[in-house]
Amino acid sequence: MEWSWQRIPGEYLVTGVRLIGGGKVSARPGFLHVKKGRLEAIGEGRPTLAGLPELAADGLFCAPGFVDTHVHFREPGQEEKETVATGSRAAAAGGFTAVVTMPNTDPAIDNAGMVRYVSDRGREAGLCRVLPAGAISVGRQGETMAELGAMVEAGAVAFTDDGSPVQNGRLMASALQYARLLGVPIMSHAEDLTIVAGGCMHGGYWSMRLGLSGMPRAGEDAAVFRDIELARATGGHLHVAHVSTRGAVEIIRRAKADGVRVTAEATPHHFSLDHGRCRDYSPLFKMNPPLRESEDVAAVADGLADGTLDCIATDHAPHTDTEKELQFDQAPFGVIGLETAFAVGVTYLVRGGKLDLGRLVQCLTERPAAVLGLPLGKLEEGGDADFVLLDPEREWVVTREALRSRSRNSSFLGETLKGRVLATFLRGRLTWHADDPSVVR
Amino acid sequence: MSLKRKDVLGLEDMAAEEILLVLDIASQFRAVFDRPVRSVPIMRGRTVVNFFHEPSTRTRISFELAEKRLSADIVNFSVATSSFTKGETLRDTAENLQAMKIDMLVVRHKSSGSAQYLARVLKCPVINAGDGCHEHPTQGLLDIMTMRQRLGDLRGKRVTIIGDIAHSRVARSNIWGLGKLGAEVTVCGPPTMVPASVARLGVKVEYDLKRAVAKADVLNILRIQLERGAGSGFPGNREYHRMYGVTEDVVRTLKPEAFIMHPGPMNRNVEIASEVADGPRQVILDQVANGVAVRMALIYLLSGGDPGALAPGEAA
Repeated sequence: MEWSWQRIPGEYLVTGVRLIGGGKVSARPGFLHVKKGRLEAIGEGRPTLAGLPELAADGLFCAPGFVDTHVHFREPGQEEKETVATGSRAAAAGGFTAVVTMPNTDPAIDNAGMVRYVSDRGREAGLCRVLPAGAISVGRQGETMAELGAMVEAGAVAFTDDGSPVQNGRLMASALQYARLLGVPIMSHAEDLTIVAGGCMHGGYWSMRLGLSGMPRAGEDAAVFRDIELARATGGHLHVAHVSTRGAVEIIRRAKADGVRVTAEATPHHFSLDHGRCRDYSPLFKMNPPLRESEDVAAVADGLADGTLDCIATDHAPHTDTEKELQFDQAPFGVIGLETAFAVGVTYLVRGGKLDLGRLVQCLTERPAAVLGLPLGKLEEGGDADFVLLDPEREWVVTREALRSRSRNSSFLGETLKGRVLATFLRGRLTWHADDPSVVR
Repeated sequence: MSLKRKDVLGLEDMAAEEILLVLDIASQFRAVFDRPVRSVPIMRGRTVVNFFHEPSTRTRISFELAEKRLSADIVNFSVATSSFTKGETLRDTAENLQAMKIDMLVVRHKSSGSAQYLARVLKCPVINAGDGCHEHPTQGLLDIMTMRQRLGDLRGKRVTIIGDIAHSRVARSNIWGLGKLGAEVTVCGPPTMVPASVARLGVKVEYDLKRAVAKADVLNILRIQLERGAGSGFPGNREYHRMYGVTEDVVRTLKPEAFIMHPGPMNRNVEIASEVADGPRQVILDQVANGVAVRMALIYLLSGGDPGALAPGEAA
């Protein structure tokens, strides 16, 4: 039977693909057999079955659907930047089949009803698994612990006051301790606000030269250190969000050696770009934590390579053009990242000699799934058919038109990147097709 | 040679020859000041907009005077009277100005980088009258002009800048401009105001005031921002004055011909003792006069003025 992108059948084969899993790329081409949204069979060589529709994908790579532990979909409250539906579209275009949404919406995701609201929007969109993170404190005010138990029952997979770091150490300790009961991580946006005090870019040579107020590394290092000591003391699972400094990588490395229950993520922009990018005052390079120095960029990449940093997370943070056209010091922090994550990984880590393709994919699949303790990020017989088709050699230019997010605030606009997600499948259904996006719905 | 650029946003990207050209034209305009009629009809019929998004008295007046002496039509708007208070973005303001066909924009803004931004959006020339903590090129030029009037060629001359280097746009413009002309620049202040990375701009960092001024040919004393509060990095004005204030005692240790500059407005008895501010070494009012001349020169050159058309002494 003929393969048709327009009508994906209920049962089909994907053949000729090099399979990626367990950090390795299979030497010989293999196949997937998808049936009713599940992986009926997976293996090397040719399938023995005949007569099924067959997607012949010779020369392409097939990996599990990507998992992102850190995205901002802005709903409810800031739908002009992104919604769960438009964010899901961007996720699918980036190869993601599961994303953890941050709770800094308006109102905040700080109760079971709000958690259900976000999951429901995700199910309606149907393009990726939308897994809400709940707030640690009521209203993200950093004072009273929110009802974490009720939120876990409603589907929350992690807790964080992201964007408003918990300054009260005692509340952070309680959250880490309490979350042990629930088996979910506490994510830390590690930032000591009294040190960072009003800065808008990394505190160093470029902030001095440009006359912009700096955010010193110490603001991140001190907060990571505090949270690790709290994790050590409580036995809770700490997940450090968007690690950007050499010092934080080193602190996490030592804590892991000591057996502290700590995991960590790094964003594509922090392993690829340094603070010199701010030289033209473009808010497309303004995010928190900020772009740091080249030695930090190298330390973050090394941290991913040696497993100190568990996974790549995008910190996809959409903002409107109007906001990002403000002056550098006035514009909001954050850049989008879902659609460029794989390509930035190939361009900077694989071609940079830091990671091979198998390990890069691991940082986008198994490892983030392990952080969350969820059965995702693997291709297994009997499991859901969440997978992507990749062409690591394909070059493409990041243009405004190429992006599916409602916002366009990418640090990589105008750059030619290598590595393209050609198609994304969620439970066997097509959610993205790079060469003809219109075939999805 | 003429000035082949659309804007003047900072001295960082100006070549030494460009700086010298501006100063040469400025001295010709300076000669006009001593005449009974001090204006020239060079900019007649052209509109210059002075857009001050941050309070300023002397820079704004200096620009206005420069524009009036060139016979330009002037429109002033400042933060108090503009729609910025209604939340309009800089881009919207810029596009409105563009639509009204102005010939030149002079901008002062509290955000570093805003002059660059406007220069990108607007087709007309933009002059940066101070952007955040970044640059203040006309101040840098007038400072350099004042130094050259006394020291001639600045190559090998020693300039010491004292104050809050980290937050000073005047310091940055001085550092870039003086560096291009071959002067040896030393910066001095407490470490909280003089981060070590400043050395990478090609200057010497010295935390001890006496050592910093010992061999100087000129001191440029920056205004201390009294309003900075908790993040200011010094305990108070009294301690600042004790450790970094330029007093008569400090002046006595200077080389005999060394002189003192201050961009104003002064905090008397904080960064500069009153006796020094009024003493024989200071050239502060020369700076003010040169400021008008430098701004006339820039406006003239950026509006396409031919330097050759102004024969020396014949600017009128």
